[in-house]
Amino acid sequence: MYNKTIAELAKGLRSGEFSSVELTSAFLDRIKQHRSLNAYITVTEDLALQQAKAADLRLATGEAELLTGIPMAQKDIFCTEGVKTSCGSKMLDNFIAPYNATVVAKFNDAGAVMLGKLNMDEFAMGSSNETSYYGSVKNPWDTHTVPGGSSGGSAAAVAARLAVCATGTDTGGSIRQPAALCGITGLKPTYGRVSRYGMIAYASSLDQGGPMTRSAEDSAIMLQTMAGFDDKDSTSVDLPVPDYRAGLSNSLEGLKIGLPKEFFGEGLNSDVAATIEAAIDECRKLGATVTEISMPSLKLAIPAYYVIAPAECSANLSRFDGVRFGYRCENPADLTDLYTRSRGEGFGKEVKRRILMGTYALSAGYYDAYYIKAQKIRRLISEDFKRALSEVDVMMGPVTPSTAFGIGEKIGNPIEMYLSDIYTIAINLAGVPAMSVPAGFAKGLPVGLQIIGNYFAEDKLLNIAHQYQQVTDWHLRIPKGFE
Amino acid sequence: MSLTVSEVKDCAHLARLGIEERDVGSYAKDLSGMLDLMTQMSDLDTDGVEPMAHPMDQVQRLRADVVTEQVDREKFQAIAPQVEAGLYLVPKVIE
Repeated sequence: MYNKTIAELAKGLRSGEFSSVELTSAFLDRIKQHRSLNAYITVTEDLALQQAKAADLRLATGEAELLTGIPMAQKDIFCTEGVKTSCGSKMLDNFIAPYNATVVAKFNDAGAVMLGKLNMDEFAMGSSNETSYYGSVKNPWDTHTVPGGSSGGSAAAVAARLAVCATGTDTGGSIRQPAALCGITGLKPTYGRVSRYGMIAYASSLDQGGPMTRSAEDSAIMLQTMAGFDDKDSTSVDLPVPDYRAGLSNSLEGLKIGLPKEFFGEGLNSDVAATIEAAIDECRKLGATVTEISMPSLKLAIPAYYVIAPAECSANLSRFDGVRFGYRCENPADLTDLYTRSRGEGFGKEVKRRILMGTYALSAGYYDAYYIKAQKIRRLISEDFKRALSEVDVMMGPVTPSTAFGIGEKIGNPIEMYLSDIYTIAINLAGVPAMSVPAGFAKGLPVGLQIIGNYFAEDKLLNIAHQYQQVTDWHLRIPKGFE
Repeated sequence: MSLTVSEVKDCAHLARLGIEERDVGSYAKDLSGMLDLMTQMSDLDTDGVEPMAHPMDQVQRLRADVVTEQVDREKFQAIAPQVEAGLYLVPKVIE
């Protein structure tokens, strides 16, 4: 039953084929069996069984929603009341969140079952899950390779069937890149579509939570619960939430797809390129037309991102001071020593690197040259997207330049790691939605097709992904050893 | 462009971030690499471009000035490293 989709499971729960307690127990067993993947930081077994019992009662009364009784998991960046919320950091290893993130509260209201909290790069800073205080997550397709990051635990858990679905967050590719490397479906919604309340902040103008699932239909179901205006998030957008499943079966006849030529240039692995081209051909067969487009400012997305994100991170992470919550050093000599050592001992190397970079970029004398300059480039990048998306319906390209790389392969060279985010980062700067959809394999490892849409066009992306998944079965493939 | 060891130490001080003396060199090297990346930005003419702080150019929303949250001091202080009589304890600040 762990291979079924949310809709199939919902049917099974209603027909009495299995109960939520049975389903939840099956997943808890699988989690134990595959602990070596290191996908979970915390498994909330007792809570999960309690929620499953409540779900079974709710199902019996006929007042259930689609997600009622479905075992899912939360990225450990979302605050969960009474449950450790570590954000992958030693700094929050002792942090029991005193409240729920809006996203978590919404899943609770829907009656979903939380199996646990998923591993991630420390404070969502990383592309390989190797910066986690709790150790690397292994990619179920090849356990010597990384699952991607920062939502690496989420992607590995969904691919290995250790949860039906999971939440992720995406600041520069952190949903789409691990989804691509683990062969699952990941959606980064439009900035402001999903509440950030209780989602531990990395770079507030870029962070966005979204669903990580096996299929596009499951993604639509999850997003339906996650999306919507939230008074508690000042950047939440007050627009109605459409029915994301309503348009899934729409035909792709006449769909205009743009291929940014900058996505297919130097640096793209030829096997990945061939896989992506085959996926685009499939869309052509479904009635879409394809044209080449250009995004001239795209090449400056990485430099602009690595100014803006660290700048926002250095401000956001100043709250971790060893006073009110989180890690505190032993025997501080004075207040400065308390701050400095608590932060020095509590944060890992990648987080420190970004705090230092952000502090530098915001410091007197450099603010205009780096921060303001980066924000101007951000505007140009966003205008590129607006221009392109006025000519075509969606853009397509690869999510990553290569398939999953080896554990330990890039961690020693941060710049090389940053450059692997080349196709995902610009989307966050513009704020538009984008998806990663399983598109095949290159030398046995999954490849993700990226679909980029206009602001609030999540329904369009889901429609395309769903239609593509009706004629392909890449999203149904199971890694060996996890059947 | 490169960042010196002393500039790294200055930034660490500004951020109240303890870094090990033996790591300062490697931070200087990594940050210099990042700066090299950033200097590419000067290739693009951005004169007259308005800086973009928010993807939707949205401004902060206002709300009615009414109480919506109750502070539960005990609950929040239960997770603090050191508390006494409802107060957060830190090393002595004034002699």
